[in-house]
Amino acid sequence: MSSGSDDLKDLYQEVVLEHSKRPRNYRVVEGANHEAAGHNPLCGDQLSVTMKVDGDVIRDIGFQGQGCAISRASASLMTGVVKDKTRAEAEALFEKVHKLVTEGPESVDVESLGKLAVLSGVSEFPARVKCASLAWHTMRAALEGRDEAISTE
Amino acid sequence: MSSFDVQRVRQDFPLLHQEVRGRPLVYLDSAATAQKPQAVLDAIVRFYQHDNANVHRGVHVLSERATEAYEGARETVRGFLNARDAREIIFVRGTTEAINLVAQTYGRKHVGPGDEILITQMEHHANIIPWKMLCEQTGATLRVIPVDDRGELVLDAVDALLTEKTRILAVTHVSNALGTVNPVKELTRRAHAKGIPVLVDGAQSVTHFPVDVQDLGCDFYALSGHKLFGPTGIGVLYGRLERLEPMPPYQGGGDMILSVTMEKITYNRVPHRFEAGTPNLEGAVGLAAAIRYLQALGLDAIAEHDRALMAYATQALESVPGLRLVGTAREKAGVLSFTLEDIHPHDVGTILDREGICIRTGHHCAQPVMQHFKLPATARASLALYNTREDVDALVRGLHKVREVFR
Repeated sequence: MSSGSDDLKDLYQEVVLEHSKRPRNYRVVEGANHEAAGHNPLCGDQLSVTMKVDGDVIRDIGFQGQGCAISRASASLMTGVVKDKTRAEAEALFEKVHKLVTEGPESVDVESLGKLAVLSGVSEFPARVKCASLAWHTMRAALEGRDEAISTE
Repeated sequence: MSSFDVQRVRQDFPLLHQEVRGRPLVYLDSAATAQKPQAVLDAIVRFYQHDNANVHRGVHVLSERATEAYEGARETVRGFLNARDAREIIFVRGTTEAINLVAQTYGRKHVGPGDEILITQMEHHANIIPWKMLCEQTGATLRVIPVDDRGELVLDAVDALLTEKTRILAVTHVSNALGTVNPVKELTRRAHAKGIPVLVDGAQSVTHFPVDVQDLGCDFYALSGHKLFGPTGIGVLYGRLERLEPMPPYQGGGDMILSVTMEKITYNRVPHRFEAGTPNLEGAVGLAAAIRYLQALGLDAIAEHDRALMAYATQALESVPGLRLVGTAREKAGVLSFTLEDIHPHDVGTILDREGICIRTGHHCAQPVMQHFKLPATARASLALYNTREDVDALVRGLHKVREVFR
């Protein structure tokens, strides 16, 4: 059993705090051809994702919005990782991240996740899974070209 | 000569005595729902072990006892609110249902196209949405009394908003998001001067100070049992008899009728007309036990404890660097809403939770008032009669920890 304090350190790792304070790709992508809005009605967090998709490849991606440290860090990390990936690769990453934050680091090949591995601490905090996955749900909705706002509820 | 001893009071609440996350539980979320004293738990168990039967129907002894318990609970609530007549007490599921009931009965009867319903910027969604729905059904318009930056109602704006088109004023007694105590007696006086009835949302008030509906003069008063240290699923709508008598029924079903043929239905008298179906008996019994428990402690003594602890907590929180109280009304009760630097309230809540401290984070089902303060969310600590200065001190230590994590 890890103590509450260790869990906190796992959740709020340096990388997470750093990304939440200085999020990467915090912008609207110029000439975006895919976009979606995400909303967590429980906490009022909102974010939008814009993308430029060229054929099968995500050439550029940005996000904007308000949220907690976990949702901002997850969104920031996501934009860094899915850039220049194919739709299928982005989709596969989504699945892995989802498994990571819901089932914990033992459930996935953490090595293959690179920087995203810092989100593993979320699995100890069931109430925060939605925060970590909001950006990813929104990214997927943008890829699929769904118009309706994405909700974590 | 108050005999209020908070350590003894805590002994009456079994849930408080546990460790969470390896630390003693510090419960500062009573504005969401309050914990229950043993007396309430015992009353519910006793009811099921001895008196359970359906009410108002049977000729047998158990039905008599159950009816006595249920109608006795109505009388207990009457005394608690100082209503004139027990028929003015309607049992509902909670504050939300009480307000929906008034909107869909009184409202549907009296509100039409071009009419106005007046609420305030600081209402809980439960005192916004039922009126918004009524407006959509009838073609009426929702008008809003603004709040200022302290979180007080702008009283200068009220008279102009009470017009010949206003059909009802609905206002909260205590704001669940800010803690502001509103001058509902004065507002009622002003509305009545123009013949406008008043509904008061009392979900957050009755837990902190005595409420006398005759003194307030309001037409309707709504409250929830679970915030008043009673069970969930039970609440009260108080309505002045002369308002309730002409109101059409709310839901249809058993107990709300006098006679039924396929051609004609004669509705039952107040309050039964508004209580269709088998009521929440254990809820009413539990709520009455909660009220008797509070009365035994002394409502004035509780108010004094809550007031003193609120003052202590306000000062303690103001000492935390980077903390900003949201809602600094001159008169507040029970609720301390705040932000801490630019740390998101959810992160504050998660870190406090790991210290065993329960608070609420989010928009508190009061998004319009959050929009006034341009905040998506706040952290909210709320106090009750079982909270101590030590609880507040633990919160302050926890907030320092939050600042450390985010340094």
